[in-house]
This record gives sequence, structure tokens and C-alpha cells, in this order.
Amino acid sequence: MIAHDNAGNAGPARAWARPDAGARPWRVHLGGAWTIAEAGRLDRELARIDPPRPAEPIELDLAALEALDTSGAWLVHRFADRLRRGGAAVELVGVAESRRPLLDQVRRAHVDCDMEPDRPPRWVELTEGVGRWAVAIAAEAGALISFLGYIVVKLGVVLADPRRIRWTSVVHHMQYTGLNALPIVGLLGFLLGIVIAYQGAFQLRRFGAEMLVVNLVGVSVFRELGVLITAIIVAGRSGSAFTAQIGTMIVNQEVDAMRTIGLDPGEVLVVPRVLALILVMPLLAFFASMAGLFGGAAMGQFVLDMSFGNFLAQLQSAVNPAHFWIGMAKAPVFAFTIALVGCYQGFRVTGSAESVGHLTTRSVVVSLFLVILLDAAFSVVFAQVGFG
Amino acid sequence: MSAPAHAPGTPSAPGGAVAIRVRGLVTRFGAQVVHDGLDLDVRRGEIIGIVGGSGTGKSVLLREVIGLMRPSAGAIEVFGQDTARLGAAGLRRMQRNWGVLFQDGALFSGMTVAQNIQVPLRRHLKLSRALMDDIARIKIGMVGLPADAATKLPSQLSGGMRKRAGLARALALDPPLILLDEPTAGLDPIGAAAFDDLIGDLSRSLNLTVFMVTHDLDSLHAICDRIAVLIDRKIVVDTMETLLEHPHPWIRSYFHGPRGRAALDGPTPAGAASADPTTIG
Repeated sequence: MIAHDNAGNAGPARAWARPDAGARPWRVHLGGAWTIAEAGRLDRELARIDPPRPAEPIELDLAALEALDTSGAWLVHRFADRLRRGGAAVELVGVAESRRPLLDQVRRAHVDCDMEPDRPPRWVELTEGVGRWAVAIAAEAGALISFLGYIVVKLGVVLADPRRIRWTSVVHHMQYTGLNALPIVGLLGFLLGIVIAYQGAFQLRRFGAEMLVVNLVGVSVFRELGVLITAIIVAGRSGSAFTAQIGTMIVNQEVDAMRTIGLDPGEVLVVPRVLALILVMPLLAFFASMAGLFGGAAMGQFVLDMSFGNFLAQLQSAVNPAHFWIGMAKAPVFAFTIALVGCYQGFRVTGSAESVGHLTTRSVVVSLFLVILLDAAFSVVFAQVGFG
Repeated sequence: MSAPAHAPGTPSAPGGAVAIRVRGLVTRFGAQVVHDGLDLDVRRGEIIGIVGGSGTGKSVLLREVIGLMRPSAGAIEVFGQDTARLGAAGLRRMQRNWGVLFQDGALFSGMTVAQNIQVPLRRHLKLSRALMDDIARIKIGMVGLPADAATKLPSQLSGGMRKRAGLARALALDPPLILLDEPTAGLDPIGAAAFDDLIGDLSRSLNLTVFMVTHDLDSLHAICDRIAVLIDRKIVVDTMETLLEHPHPWIRSYFHGPRGRAALDGPTPAGAASADPTTIG
């Protein structure tokens, strides 16, 4: 029987292995509880037992064994194998009938297999990794572009026949991505305004041009930072949510169910999300910009002794409508990008829960990358057409 | 103490005869009472199957036995120790006495099969690398996984192979008690029968006590010594033959429904499916 007879009781007897050099044939007595709890010690103890030289027949006497489990049985076999490699004939004697099945089973069960996967040389692996990575990036870019085409077609179809727009869904997503985001967007916009005004004032004071803080805040918030901070928040809380929602629906086979019923997942899942985000993001960006101005004005009031009236007057001369419209024009483009990437990553989910998590992260990284890339492109284009 | 191996199911000597003793177990979730004064003895060396309708608390009972959940009232003793009252150190010692197979294997996804099997070894023992590798090899062979499975990640295995790997991990420390949560759910009938055989064989050769939550009537018929039916917040424990005569309507419809009869009438799955474990998909 096995060591578990002792479970819950006092610990099992110590295991031991004692060579009896006087006996003929040469003999090793094994006794005590040969169990996994003793395996580590036993392993070292057995390593110290050397067979006689020159080789002669050896008997392993198991009569004194009190308990045996699979690990103990393996140690017996391995010890016997080591002695055999020295050229000796090894025999197990005194084996209780009840232990034979376990000894045989362990002997059979020991499969010869590598514990480490076969790996190519490091440099091959590295080169291969870089290659795979590059191909994967290209493939993803291609797939994203074809998804873009698919969505544009779907949007066209739906907009041509507005009765097909699922307004309930659109409004639902507008609430979640827009209305519910107002507090966080407002707060971050406000803090952003404070930071810019404070840092700007610190630098401009050296030139006695503190008044220009208003220009700095006004132009940068309206033109760049208001919409950018909005895009960052929306990508983090809505783009990732799109991926997780669609991905979970794929795991639950809801998307398959839709297809069998004849509903188009693009029309049902993607179009409302894209429309909702395009409608809502300019409003959010405007809200963030206003909060940023407010932050700047508050900073002017308390740190620069600039009254609110002065701030507004200076703002009027500093900011022209072009700055405002350039900022606002970017918002729907960023919204479309974030919604597109979020939905695309959602559809890449392949049935396992962990791929949902992985792709949700990916969705945020890719959409932020694209947003900033597009922002840079906008800057270059506007400069070229004379709005720099 | 070289006691002779006794046939599973026959009560062994008194004293250590009971592996799991449940007394007056009450489990409540808010206003919902799942178990109400439930008593159960699982004898050493037996395979007990836990059945019951959905929501009768089969898996909850399993989680309470291994200390993942605390019962609202009552006591659960495993090898004479109350799992709910063990401290962290006591629970850790206790964990060497049982292995658990969760529904889909619950393998750690970032590790290979061999590494998964070695996790309990690393946690509880200090063994040389070579010995741990050998122990992993033996467990892989015992559960009938092919040799090349050792270096695979769980995501590269089929459902049946994941369950076998999970069983290998549960057996890593040679525990006397194995708890299985729906071991054959999601397997095809051939794979399920082979898995039943595997559990039966291992429990005999390693003298395991097996606590098995299952819905599989074939498993119950093929390998379980006794069956515990969770019903009306209590439990009815008996052999299959006796339960067939039980008057309770749920038990009657469970065992005498078309599926129940098919499992009883058909050839025993243990005989029908060859014990070739590699046929698992």
C-alpha cells in the first residue's frame, strides 16, 4: 500500500537505503516510507551508494518498505538502472505482492521525452522573430485597411437608407461613450489648462510676456490638446470597451448566431458604434477645450493676477476661428479611427477569453498610435495649405 | 503498516476509514439555502459520484471540501481535520493530501504541461531538477498523454488532453484523495469512456479516494462505488443498485429516464472502449 495511509496522522517513517557489503550476493536493504515527502533526501542518499568493483550481482531488498508511492517506485527503478549501467545484474527481492502493480506501472509510465521544447539557435530565433513580427504588422495593417473598406461600404449602405440605422443602439452608445465620459474629460481638460498656464507663465515671465500665456493656452488647447486628450480618454474607455464587447460576443458565439439569423454584424455592431462616436467626440472635444480654457483662466486669476475679463479680451485677439475649426475637424476623424480599431480588434477575437484581454490592450495601443500619427499628418497638411 | 490493498469500496479498518466526513453542512447564498444539514461520509479508497440537478450545490460542496469556500454552518473534515478551521499553514500541509481537477483542467496557460505538473512539486518540496523532470515524465505516462505533450502549452492541446494534463498535475504529489469536477463533461463518448477507465485504473493502482462531481450516467455506472444524490438540500448516498429502487421522484426520473436506462442496459463502457488512452481527441 501507499504512503497515504499516513495522511493526516503522524509523519511517515524516514526512508533509508543501507548497503550490506558483507552479504553475498552484494545487497542493499531499502526500508521506511519511500514517498514523495522523502524523495529529495532519498535522491541524495542513493547517489552516495556505489556498487562494488568489479561488478558482481546485486540484490535490492524491499522487504522493509513501509510505504511506497510513484516517486518512491521511480527512485527504486532509477537506482537499479544506475547499478545496471555499472555492469551488474540487479534483482529486486522481497517485493510484497501488493506493491508489484505500482512498480510495474511506474516502469511503464516513464515516457522518454524532452522537458524543454526544441529550440533553434538564438540568432536564428531572433531573426525569425523579427521577420514574423514585421510580417504580422504588415498583415494587420492590410486587414485593418480592408476592414476600413468594409465599414465605409456598410456606412454608405446604411446612410443611403436611414431607416436601417439602429437609433436605439446609437443613442445607447452615445450615452456610454459621450455623456458618461463628460466628468473625466472635463476634469482632465481643466487640469491640462492649469498645467499649460502654469508652465507657460513660468517661462514667459522671464521675458515679461505673461500676457501671452492666454495665447499659449488658447491656441494649444483649441487646436491640439483639447481634442488629443479627448481622443486618449475615449480610446482608453470606449475603444477598449468596443473590443471587449464584440470580443465577448464572439466568445459566446452571439456573432455566429446573428449571422445565422441573417443579421449583419457590421451593420448591427459596428455602424452604431462608429456613428455614435463620430457624433459625440466633437462635443466631447469642445467640452474638454472649454474646461482647459477655464483651467487656464483660473490659473491666471490666482497666480498671475489676471482678471477673467482681461483673459477673455486677450483670448479674442489671440485665437481666430481657424484654430477652433482645425481642432474640431480632427475630432470626427479621430472618433472614426478609434471606433474602427476598437471594432476591428473585437472581431479578431478567436474564442478564448485570454484573446479578449490581449486584443483589448492592443486596441488601445493601435488606436492611440494612429491618432497621433493622424495628428502629425494634420499638422503637416494644414501648414502646407497655409493654416500653420 | 504494509496493509494489503483492499478493493475499492469495501470499508477498511475503523479509525482511518473515512476520508471526508461532512456533518450538518449548511450553505446559504443570501436568502437561498443550498445545503441544509447535509451529512456525508466518503470512505477511503472508494470512488464516490456526486450528482444532482442544476443549482443543487455539487460544485459548491467540492469547493467547501477543499477550503476554497467556507460553509455557513457545519463541519467538513478531511482525514480528520476541519478544512474551514485550518490556518494558512495547516491548509498548506493539507493541500499535499489532495489533488483537484477543475472542469477544463485549469492549467496555467503560460506554462508547458511539464511545468504545470511541477508547480505543486516546487511549491511543497525541494527536489532536484532531474528528479522533478522524471516525476513529470511518470505522471505524463500514467495519464496516457503522448511524450510530445510535455513541452506543449495548454492552448496547443485538445480538451481531452487538457483534462489528462490537469489530472497529471492533480496527481503530482501522489495525494491519497482526488477531487474531480465533471471530468467527462465536454468529451466525446469514446474519450469520456477512456477517461473513466483511466480514473478507475489509477484509483485502484494508487489506492486513491475519488470524489467526483458528474452528470455522466456512464461514469456513475462504470466506475463509481457509491453515488451521492444532492436533493432537497440534503444528500442520499447509496450504491447504484439500491438507488434504482429509491422512491424519490427526481432519483427515479434520473436513473429510469431514457439516458439512465441506456447506461444501465448497454455494455459497460469500461469494456466497450479499449483502454488505449491515446485515442482521446
